[in-house]
Amino acid sequence: MSGPLLSRPLLSVEGVSVTLPTPRGDLRAVDTVDLQVEAGRTLGVVGESGCGKTMLSRAVLQLLPKRARLDGRVMFDGRDLASLPREALRKLRGPELAVVFQDPMTSLNPVLTIGTQIVETLQVHLGLGGAAATRRAAELLAEVGIPAPEQRLRQYPHQLSGGMRQRVAIAIALSCEPRLLIADEPTTALDVTVQAQILDLLAREQRRRHMAMILITHDLGVVAGRTDEVAVMYAGRVVERAPTPRLFAGMRMPYTEALLAAIPKLDSAPHTPLPAIAGRPPDPTRPLPGCSFAPRCRYADDRCREAKPPLGDPERAGTLYACWHPLELAARA
Amino acid sequence: MSEALLEVENLTVEYAVGGRSLFAVSDVSLSVARGETLGLVGESGCGKSTLGRAVLQLRRPTGGKVFFDGTELTGLAAEKMRLMRRRLQLIFQDPIASLNPRRRIGDIVAEPLIIAGVTDRAERDRRVREVMTAVGLDPEVVAGRLPHEFSGGQCQRICIARALILEPELVICDEPVSALDVSIRAQILNLLEEMKRRYGLTLLFIAHDLAVVKAVSDRIAVMYLGKLCEVGPTEQLFARPVHPYTALLLEAIPVPDPTVRPATNVAVGEPPSPLDPPSGCRFRTRCPRADARCAAEVPVLREIVVGQVAACHHPLTEG
Repeated sequence: MSGPLLSRPLLSVEGVSVTLPTPRGDLRAVDTVDLQVEAGRTLGVVGESGCGKTMLSRAVLQLLPKRARLDGRVMFDGRDLASLPREALRKLRGPELAVVFQDPMTSLNPVLTIGTQIVETLQVHLGLGGAAATRRAAELLAEVGIPAPEQRLRQYPHQLSGGMRQRVAIAIALSCEPRLLIADEPTTALDVTVQAQILDLLAREQRRRHMAMILITHDLGVVAGRTDEVAVMYAGRVVERAPTPRLFAGMRMPYTEALLAAIPKLDSAPHTPLPAIAGRPPDPTRPLPGCSFAPRCRYADDRCREAKPPLGDPERAGTLYACWHPLELAARA
Repeated sequence: MSEALLEVENLTVEYAVGGRSLFAVSDVSLSVARGETLGLVGESGCGKSTLGRAVLQLRRPTGGKVFFDGTELTGLAAEKMRLMRRRLQLIFQDPIASLNPRRRIGDIVAEPLIIAGVTDRAERDRRVREVMTAVGLDPEVVAGRLPHEFSGGQCQRICIARALILEPELVICDEPVSALDVSIRAQILNLLEEMKRRYGLTLLFIAHDLAVVKAVSDRIAVMYLGKLCEVGPTEQLFARPVHPYTALLLEAIPVPDPTVRPATNVAVGEPPSPLDPPSGCRFRTRCPRADARCAAEVPVLREIVVGQVAACHHPLTEG
C-alpha cells in the first residue's frame, strides 16, 4: 500500500475487461483498460460508437448487463467495487458514485414529479425529513440553474424541455454530494446552445464540489476545453492517454489524429474535402492479432498487423500511447 | 445568382396541437440556384425539417408557394406531383430506419426505377450497378444482402444510391450525417460532395451542426422558431454573422483545441415553445441586444451588408 503522503487516485481501474457472450461468440467490449482519476480532476473518455466507453463506465458503476463478465479490479477509494456485495454497492451509488446519462427522459421516472424523485433520493441516502428534503430539493434545482424551483418540483419530466430535464438529472446526481460523477454523453441529445450551458454547469459544480468527474463523449471538441486528462478509446482499448493540453499539442496515436482531422473545421473553406478515415472499426467478436486500428491506418505495416502494441509511455513525457509508429517520432526517425 | 431551381415564397406550415395552431414554419422565403448547395441550420424544433418536407409537398403547406424549375408545386394535382417527385429526392437522418429490413439492397435501390416504369430488367440492373459503384459499394457483394448486415454509414450510402438512381435535380438532405460517427460522417460528407459534382445536383442541406453545414454549403440560411434569421454566403456569414442568433450558434460550438477557452454563458436560456412564440422578434427573449422595439415589432429580412440579409432591429455591424 502506498504511504499516507502519496495522493491515491479516488478511482483506479486496473486491467478491466468486459466480455459479453453473443450468438456469434464472445464480444470483448472493454479490453484490459487501466485508468485513474483523482479527486477534483476531470477525465475525458473519447471514442466512437462501439469503442467500449459506455461499457467501461458501466463497469465502474457495476451496472453491467447480467451476462457480462468483468475481469480486473475497479478500485474506488481503496475498495474493489467488483467484489462488494449488492447492498454495499447500492449504498455507494448516490453518496459516492453518481451518473448522468445521455437521455434524461430515460433516467427520470415519467410518472413521478421532479420533486418526488429528488426528495426520495435525499430521504433514502441522506435520511433527511420530508420538509428538509423538499427545501433541499428546491435549493438543488436553483443550483443547477432552474428558474422558479418550487414550481418545478411539482412538474413532471414531460413538462420540461430537454435541457431542463438534463439539469434535473444533474441535480439528482449531485444531491448526495458524490465524490465521483460519471457523465456519459450528457449533452449529445441537446442543442448546441444548450450543450454549452450544461457543460458549463458540470464544470462549475465539479470545481465547487472538488468532485472527480469522468466525461464520456464522442466529441473531441467537448473534451478539449473541459477536461484535465483525455483517454482515447478504440475497439475496446485505451489507445492514447495524456493531459489534455499535451494531447492536443502533440498527439502520438494516428487514430487520435485521424479522428481530429475528420471533424469539419469552422475555419476551413466550404467544399474542402475532409480527411475521412477509410473503412470502419473491426468486428468486436473477431479481435485482430495486431493493432485494431491497423486496417484503417495509413502508417500501418506488417508489424502493426501481427503484434498488438502495448499502451506505454516510452518517451517518459506523460503521454501514453499504443502504437508502433507514433506520430512526429516517426517523422523524425 | 444564376437561375433559381427552387423558390419558396412566404411558406407557412401550421400544425393543430390541442386546439391551438403551431406555426412550424412561418412566412419563409428563399431560393436555391441550380447547382448550388443551400445549408439550412437551426436547433431542434426550429422548423427546418418541416420546411424540407413542405418543399416536397410531403406535408402540404398552409400558406405560401413553392416553385420548382418554374412549376408551382403547391396545389399541383397528386398525379402530376408524383411524376415531379422523380426530380426531387430526400435523404433522411436515420439510414437504417429508412430501409425496409426485409428487402435485398439491390431491390431497394432498383425500386424507384420500377415505380418510374423502367421495365427493362437489364437496363435496371445496369443502372443499379452504376449508382452503387458511384457511392462506393461493390454491387456484386452488396446487392443480395439485407440492410441489417450493414453499418449506419453503409446504409446511408445505400440511401444515397436509392435517391440518385433516377438522376434527380434537387436532393433534400435532412440531417444526413447526424446519426453517424465522426470518422464515417466525413466519408458521407465527401461522398455527397462528389455525387453533387458527378450528377450536377442542387442540394438543400438541413442540419443542426454549423461546422458540418459549412463544409458543404455555398450559402447558409439560419432558422429560429419557424422563421429565417439570416441568409448569406457561407464564408461571409461565418466570418461576420450579423444576426445575434447566428453569432450565438457560432460561439456555442465546442472547438477541438484546448487553448481556445469555451465561451461561457453565451446562450441565455432555451428556445421558447413554438406553441407560444414571443411577440415581435422570436429570438428577443434570449438576445443580449433586445429592447422594447424587438418586443413590439416583427423584424423583416433586409440586406444588412451586401449579399447578407437578416431579420433584426439591431444587427451586429461594425461600429
